[in-house]
Amino acid sequence: MTTMTVDSNTSPQSSQEATQPVADISSNGLDSSRDYRQTVGKIEVANTKMSMRDVNVSYGDKQAVFGVDLDIAKNEVIAMIGPSGCGKSTFLRCMNRMNDTIEGCVVSGSLKLDDQDIYDPKLDVVPLRARVGMVFQKPNPFPKSIYDNVAYGPQIHGLANSKVELDEIVENSLRKAGLWNEAKDRLDQPGTGLSGGQQQRLCIARTIAVSPEVILMDEPCSALDPIATARIEELIDELSANFTIAIVTHSMQQAARVSHRTAYFHLGYLVEIGDTDDIFTNPKHRLTEDYITGRFG
Amino acid sequence: MPFNTLLTIFIVVIAFAFFAGQRRALKLKSDGSSLHSLPFYHGTWLIIVGVLPAIIILLVWSLLDSSVIRSVVLSELPASLMSVSAAEKNLLFSEIANLADGQTASPNADVLAPIADRYLLLQSMSGKLKLGLALIVSVIGFGLGWLRLKPDFRARNRFESTVKIILMSCASLAILTTVGIVFSVLFEAMRFFDSVSILEFIFGTHWSPQIAIREDQVGSSGAFGAVPLFVGTMLISAVAMIVAVPIGLMSAIYLSEYAGPKFRAYAKPLLEILAGVPTVVYGFFAAITVAPMLRDFGESIGMSVSSESALAAGLVMGVMIIPFVSSLSDDVINAVPQSLRDGSFGLGATHSETIRRVIIPAALPGIVGAILLAVSRAIGETMIVVMAAGLSANLTINPLETVTTVTVQIVTLLVGDQEFDSPKTLAAFALGLMLFVTTLCLNIVALYVVRKYREQYD
Ligand SMILES: Nc1ncnc2c1ncn2[C@@H]1O[C@H](COP(=O)(O)OP(=O)(O)O)[C@@H](O)[C@H]1O
Ligand SMILES: [Mg+2]
Repeated sequence: MTTMTVDSNTSPQSSQEATQPVADISSNGLDSSRDYRQTVGKIEVANTKMSMRDVNVSYGDKQAVFGVDLDIAKNEVIAMIGPSGCGKSTFLRCMNRMNDTIEGCVVSGSLKLDDQDIYDPKLDVVPLRARVGMVFQKPNPFPKSIYDNVAYGPQIHGLANSKVELDEIVENSLRKAGLWNEAKDRLDQPGTGLSGGQQQRLCIARTIAVSPEVILMDEPCSALDPIATARIEELIDELSANFTIAIVTHSMQQAARVSHRTAYFHLGYLVEIGDTDDIFTNPKHRLTEDYITGRFG
Repeated sequence: MPFNTLLTIFIVVIAFAFFAGQRRALKLKSDGSSLHSLPFYHGTWLIIVGVLPAIIILLVWSLLDSSVIRSVVLSELPASLMSVSAAEKNLLFSEIANLADGQTASPNADVLAPIADRYLLLQSMSGKLKLGLALIVSVIGFGLGWLRLKPDFRARNRFESTVKIILMSCASLAILTTVGIVFSVLFEAMRFFDSVSILEFIFGTHWSPQIAIREDQVGSSGAFGAVPLFVGTMLISAVAMIVAVPIGLMSAIYLSEYAGPKFRAYAKPLLEILAGVPTVVYGFFAAITVAPMLRDFGESIGMSVSSESALAAGLVMGVMIIPFVSSLSDDVINAVPQSLRDGSFGLGATHSETIRRVIIPAALPGIVGAILLAVSRAIGETMIVVMAAGLSANLTINPLETVTTVTVQIVTLLVGDQEFDSPKTLAAFALGLMLFVTTLCLNIVALYVVRKYREQYD
């Protein structure tokens, strides 16, 4: 059935457009126009932070992610794109075991953070999630003051020994999230009173307050207006100096602007991975090209 | 006219009005005009002007006519009967009504017979006038309404505003009823305060409402200090809340956060059954099982527990209101968005940290609401207290002693033979008023707290 979908997508293409990338790949021995189950592009990176191999995820009977192999380098921004329902969020949520909270969700394969197996049964998710933080699609500040929102993580992980230290962490995090100037006079006011873009930056501040190594972002701008989006994108760029960032996005422009590498997912498979510049100028796989040129998805 | 006939006529008239209006509109439409409103609304328009006023006339007339007839009949009494007191007039009038009903066993039958005839005549006249007026109004309304049925007639807007008025009058009826109850309680309470000073009532510490009703009775003069009752009420409610709030809240947290869907599906209705047990059953459970148990236990550790104690009543009452707290709290905890849980888990918080620091604060307004509902339930509860806490108005805050509550005293004041204007009976209204004011204040405080909290966190 899946193969049929691909056929119907490829058949209406004009032959000139169609042959170019295919010819490229088939010289590598891959008939990519027919098969998206094999990932095109180089999975390995030099300075590995996270390494995933043969990741399969299913919700009950329904498999959502099929045999994905992917490495993420230290301090890189990797964008994950693809049509809705292709398993981007599911894959992202494996990386800090957020899928544990979903009943019936089964993950198999090997996922490593600095050579430590994330799904090791002996591993405690509390420190893992402190190391791999997450920012969600819809800004979800807690119903607490701005200060308490940011202080929450450091408090539950015991990162501050005194009020002074905690104040420092809160200020630093808000500064890094570019929210300090707007929030410094209203730290005791509810975080829910901020605008949508400010709320999302507050969520980012909250995440970086626990000094994670990796930050996962699931469509962090999809609920925001263009100006707020631009600020978050700037922020991602600044944050990449200190953090490794994996971002799921629906906006190709966003992926092109913020990321170093881009991964294209399709129906639960990782179809193509490569440097962002290459992917957007010279996609190797037919499906990737269709998606980024707007013919599909 | 028998009610069924009237009902049938109404249905027929309503249907007729509706179809007439609708047909008229359809006719206008087929003549080529474009209608402002759908034919349906033209039909309802005719119901509104043709039937609604008639119904209102019938209702109002039926409400008023018995008292009008009554005063007419009484004003026409023969001179020999005119001078009697108001109470005797009431008796006379019921005699007249009985005579008119055909019961002739009356001592004054021969004097009253003509008056009874007059009464019957007035009644039948009133009935005919009522129907006639309704009919005329209906026909006029129908005719005028018919004349207005033009293509550009805004029947839909009329319908909307009529619906609004009907809904509004239903809402005001509920409010008016409450206001009426409050005022009647207020007036009776004022009569009470004529004989007992309001300060003595509010600040007096001695409650002993027995008053000699007849001259020859040996009785106390009565003391109406309500403090012991309110302290007793608070004491028992406090014990009940100490039981119900932690247990209810924790079971709500378990049900909504930890229990699997299957367990939840069975456990929640089972918990709610607790709320359906009649309070009298809780009452004898408290009196026959819990109170003696407490007494025996107290004895075994060398404490004196009276066989009717605030503790026994409070414990059982607490069990009774657990479902109020747990069921409502469970609902509000479930309503906390999943995204907040995700956010907290995503930071590495454990389940219990998430519950304590994110979910409970977010659900707090609802939980406070649930607890306040439970408090007012506890304050108003009577049956358990009558059976398990006793009737003697001790001023104490020791839950091991017997106390009584406001509601229990209202009951004991009003059961048995009573004179309706003795201070003893009127004291019930004063207590009722106090209770009402207390719960009102409680609700206002609660609303204030909840609103303040909402502003801060929503
Ligand atoms: N909680 C869930 N339970 C069952 N199926 C799910 C759940 N979440 C996602 N899925 C399914 O998994 C597939 C991948 O979803 P998702 O990862 O959310 O896609 P994306 O983020 O790329 O739009 C979809 O087919 C979706 O229906
Ligand atoms: Mg998604």
